[in-house]
Amino acid sequence: MKGRTIYPGKAEGEALVSKEPIGFYGGIDMKTGIVIEKGHELEGKCIKDKILVFPCGKGSTVGSYVIYGLKKNGVAPKAIINKETETIVATGAILAGIVCVDGIDIDKIKTGNYVVIEAKEKEAEVIVK
Amino acid sequence: MYLTKEQEKMLEGEYGEVVSKMMRLLVRLGEVYNAEKMIPVASVQVAGVSYKSIGDAGLEFLQDIAKEAKVKVLTFLNPAGMDLENWKEMGISEEFAKKQLAIIEAFKKMGIVISATCTPYLAGNLPRYKQHIAWSESSAVSFANSVIGARTNREGGPSALAAAITGYTPYYGLHLDEKRQPNYIINVNVDLKSSTDFAAMGYYIGKEIKNKIPYFVGIKDADVDDLKALGAAMAASGAVALYHIENITPEANEVSIDGLEKIEFGKEELKETYEKLNSGEEEDIIIFGCPHASLNEIIKIARLVEGKKARKPFWICTSRAVKEIAERMGLDEIIRKAGGKIIADTCMVVSPIENLFSTTAVNSAKAAHYLPGFCKQKVIFKRMEDLLR
Repeated sequence: MKGRTIYPGKAEGEALVSKEPIGFYGGIDMKTGIVIEKGHELEGKCIKDKILVFPCGKGSTVGSYVIYGLKKNGVAPKAIINKETETIVATGAILAGIVCVDGIDIDKIKTGNYVVIEAKEKEAEVIVK
Repeated sequence: MYLTKEQEKMLEGEYGEVVSKMMRLLVRLGEVYNAEKMIPVASVQVAGVSYKSIGDAGLEFLQDIAKEAKVKVLTFLNPAGMDLENWKEMGISEEFAKKQLAIIEAFKKMGIVISATCTPYLAGNLPRYKQHIAWSESSAVSFANSVIGARTNREGGPSALAAAITGYTPYYGLHLDEKRQPNYIINVNVDLKSSTDFAAMGYYIGKEIKNKIPYFVGIKDADVDDLKALGAAMAASGAVALYHIENITPEANEVSIDGLEKIEFGKEELKETYEKLNSGEEEDIIIFGCPHASLNEIIKIARLVEGKKARKPFWICTSRAVKEIAERMGLDEIIRKAGGKIIADTCMVVSPIENLFSTTAVNSAKAAHYLPGFCKQKVIFKRMEDLLR
C-alpha cells in the first residue's frame, strides 16, 4: 500500500491494530507503554516495539509529549501507521523520530501481521506479509 | 514551502540551535500538510506543563530550550500539576513540587506568562475573530476556533512552543476558509438544561465523529460556560477542534450545510451518556472546574452553598486571575465555610489526585473521560446542583 510520509525511515515488526482512535495523553502510560484508557480496545496491551496502527489521534494536545516521552523511556512503537495523522501525533513522531505514515487503508492490517514500512521523504510504502 | 529570508535564517541556525530545531519541526509539519507558507501568529497557548503529564523527558526538553530561546509573541501556559502557591495544602509531595517548579522556571525563562490555565480566554489572552493563533490545549483550541472564530490547528505542546519561539505557524488546516466547513449536521432534539448536559452531548458527538466538524441545529441558547463544556468534551472523546452552532457561533452563517449526513441527539442519547460516564458509587470529593471555572460558575456554586455545609468536601479549579477576584468578592470565604476550596493553577486531571482519592465526582465530561485511566478514579458524573444538593 502507498501512503504519505509524516516522518521518514524504515521499520518492520508485528502490527498492533486499533480500530478506535488513540489519545496518547491519559491513554498510554509513558513509563511502560501500556494502554491505560478504560474500555479502549487495546486496554492492557503494550505498544513497545510494535507497528502501532490506528485511524487517527484524539484527545489532549499533550499527546505529543507522551510520544516523545515513550521514545526517551525506550517503550515507543517502532512505527505508527494511520488513516489520517493529525498534528498532535505528527508533532510527537517528528520530535521523537518515530517512523510515521498515513493515508493507509488500515482495515487491511490485522493485529499480529508482520508489516514492513519504507517511508521516503514524501511517499511511503507499507507491505503486509 | 515558501520561506521568507528571515524564516530561512532561523532554519539555518543563524539564531541558534534551538530556534533552528523549532523551525525544522514547523517546516516538516508544513510540508506534510501541504502548507504553501508560514504565517505570523498573534498568540500562543502552550500545553504540557504538569510534571505528571510530561515527566523527566519533558522537563529536560524544556530546560534545553530555555537555555537559549525566548518567545516572540504573547504566550500563555496551561495548568500545572499543583497550585503553584498552596501546593502543600493540596497534599503534594516535596519531590513532585520540586520537579513542577523546575518546569515553571524553564517556561518563565522563555518569557511565557505563567497563567497556568486552560481557559486563557477568561484570564487575559483573548484573540479576535479570524486572527491566526497557535494554541494547544484541546478545549481552548475548540473555544478559540468555534466561539471566538479565531484560527488555530490543534497544536501539540511542542509545536505550539515552536510557534511561540519563531512567531510563525505553517498555513494549513483550520487556518484556511475551506477547511472550516462542517462535515455533519447534529440535530439536537432535547432541551439541554445545564452545562453538564452540553458536556454529555459533546462526549457523545466526539466519539461519533472523531476529528470532523459538526454543525449543531436545534440549540436554542447556550452561554459561554455551556460552550466551554461542549467543546472540551468533544475534544476529549474525539479530536474535534471546531464546531458550529446555528445562530450562536460566529461562522455558522458563513458555512454550507447542504447535503451533509445527519446525526440525531435526543433524550435517549443524553441518558445513555450519563450512564456511561458514571462508574462510582460514593465520591470522596467533588471537583468542579474542568475546563477551569469561570467567575460566573464560582458565583453559582457560592449561591448554592451559601450558609450551608456541602454533603462532601469539594474543590473548584480555576486560574489564579479568577481566584483573585473571587477572593476579593468574598466568594472564597463562603465556599470555605461550606467545606470547599478554590484551587488555582491546576486541575483534577493534571494533579496527582490518585494519591489522595479513589472516587471523584465531577460535572465535566472531559474530566470524567480522563479520570479513570490517568488518575485511577471511579467517577460520578452529574449536574452541579445535584452534586452539591
